[in-house]
Amino acid sequence: MTINLSHFSAAVVFALFASVVFGITQRNSTIEQVRYGFYCFALFVGGVFLAGWVMALIRR
Amino acid sequence: MAKPTTDKKADKSKNAAAVTEPEYPLTTMAVVAPLVGWLIPGAGHILLKRYGRGILLLVSVVAMFLIGLGMQGRIYKPNGGDILDILGFVGDVGSGALYFVARIMDWGNVMAANAAADYGKTFLIVAGLLNFIAAADAHHIALGKKP
Repeated sequence: MTINLSHFSAAVVFALFASVVFGITQRNSTIEQVRYGFYCFALFVGGVFLAGWVMALIRR
Repeated sequence: MAKPTTDKKADKSKNAAAVTEPEYPLTTMAVVAPLVGWLIPGAGHILLKRYGRGILLLVSVVAMFLIGLGMQGRIYKPNGGDILDILGFVGDVGSGALYFVARIMDWGNVMAANAAADYGKTFLIVAGLLNFIAAADAHHIALGKKP
């Protein structure tokens, strides 16, 4: 079975699973874990957009 | 006449010396849980009755590993060559039983031919590294450092 993911979708899937593990392992209470998981996910995806825009501006 | 601020500082340093780190004795479970957690992702948490966390860790690590394989990612073999190859092997072996099953079934025995395969290789390595973090977390829970 072959999975074809674009660069962006691969980055989002990566961010999702990494954020789940970070949230569970780096915080103590459930609410803190959920909050930290969302925070990590936002940083991952935000970083993707930021890097994308930087590369687009460099290319111009 | 001594300044009051100096007295306060002296009190603080006395209190700091009086506060001792709590001790966490090494138990059998603190050794077994991370080992089981490494071998089967999330199993260390399940063994410690953290069922929700264990299942989420299992799903996350296994999904990353399978997506990595699906993207034609390469699985590193034990090697003594390039430092990046050695680190790649260390990352891959973090997935525990998944790594050994993949090696036995000869999955991931490909060279990265395109960008997706390169991402797949990264997924495989990161799945292993995340599982190492999860195993360390199981160790801390078993010790009582974390609820």
